[in-house]
Amino acid sequence: MKLLMALTGSLFVLFVLMHMYGNLKVFAGQEAFDSYAHHLRTLGEPILPYSGFLWIFRIVLVLSVIGHAYSAFYLWSKAHNARSTRYAVRAAGAAAWRTQTMRWGGVALIAFLTWHLMHFTTNKINVNSAVSDATIGDSPYQLVVASFQVWWITVFYLAALVAVGLHLQHGVWSAVQTLGWAGTPGARRISQLLGNAVALVVSIGFALPPLFIMFGFVK
Amino acid sequence: MKINLKIWRQAGPNATGKLVTYRLDDVSPDMSFLEMLDVLNEQLIAKGEEPVEFDSDCREGICGMCGLVINGEPHGPRVTTTCQLHMRSFKDCDTITIEPLRADPFPVLRDLVVDRSPLDRIIAAGGFISVSTGAAPEAHATPVPKKNADRAFDTAACIGCGACVAACPNAAAMLFIGAKVTHLGELPQGQPERAARIVKMLNQHDAEGFGGCTNVGACADACPKSIPFDVISQLNKDLRTSLVRGL
Repeated sequence: MKLLMALTGSLFVLFVLMHMYGNLKVFAGQEAFDSYAHHLRTLGEPILPYSGFLWIFRIVLVLSVIGHAYSAFYLWSKAHNARSTRYAVRAAGAAAWRTQTMRWGGVALIAFLTWHLMHFTTNKINVNSAVSDATIGDSPYQLVVASFQVWWITVFYLAALVAVGLHLQHGVWSAVQTLGWAGTPGARRISQLLGNAVALVVSIGFALPPLFIMFGFVK
Repeated sequence: MKINLKIWRQAGPNATGKLVTYRLDDVSPDMSFLEMLDVLNEQLIAKGEEPVEFDSDCREGICGMCGLVINGEPHGPRVTTTCQLHMRSFKDCDTITIEPLRADPFPVLRDLVVDRSPLDRIIAAGGFISVSTGAAPEAHATPVPKKNADRAFDTAACIGCGACVAACPNAAAMLFIGAKVTHLGELPQGQPERAARIVKMLNQHDAEGFGGCTNVGACADACPKSIPFDVISQLNKDLRTSLVRGL
């Protein structure tokens, strides 16, 4: 069960890093960004149909989300059943709050993910009334830029990134521990550093495009 | 020192318990925590009340019998056992809440005494090596590298007190199992039964109703013997090896 959690989690980390790389193409301009988005759909052609690779990838990710959530609820209910009488006093341990955010943070991330997919993938919601739908057209670049010119959208995404960062900080090192690669004090220190590094790189890497757009450096 | 106490009182396994407040006016900072409770019990007996039941045995921190959750921390604020904790770790007029180790596999028998035999059953399931008894073997017959001997010794320091379970938000006993599989896994004598050991111990662990580890680390923080958190990763590695072998 925990192996399922660790393996699906590792897949998300790889995906998120790839996603971040794609996002940073915003700095290379509209042409680079849009052709990258288009290329994702033609990847694997002609063996696979148009968007074929993308759909395989999406199905794997959705199954992983289900597996990840299932193992989380399994562990949650097991923990709940293993201590029915709670402590009257709980020590304010340093370990506590980061890991406590894993479960509720995970639920919050699923909610965010739903909105995120509706926003940029399925419905392509235009939240910026100053930009007409015609300007956006079929360009993902224009949609991204129009969206993050709205300050509260940027703030909302930044909040989500904080949640992602916290989840990754514990999640990455936790996966290493569960996969059995943190079996010495040195290896544990390295994997905890790795968790912090991945969390920082991902949160900052994703935060750059929205911030640059909001402050008008990328138009 | 004046000390206010809030102690979990429960008449029996099925009785409803509650925190009861007591006050001690003349506590010496040099008393151990359990001596302080002894003083309280003498006063309760003198008044004709039931004394507070708690476990203790060696009172020198090596047997694992004592174990109270003091202000939300198993064994209190120091890295040691409850019996080796002294009242100088507290301030005058402090209010100290004392609860039993809380986990459903550890039912409260009375007051602060819990039944920790699930840990014994986990050991009996696989936390041992099978050898013929007899005279002790010649010490140099089986050389063990110093590094492995040290790690085996450090993890063998586990006294099975259950603080890790009490501290764990999931009430898991993984640090306890990790300590044992690392201890035996570092030594040549532990190898023949190594792959089966972890599976048997974990099956027993789950059957007892403990929770699952989510790598929080509260166990290692609470451990009076400083068993390192990485033994749980060693446990996972051994489990992975066993799964690959189809055990």
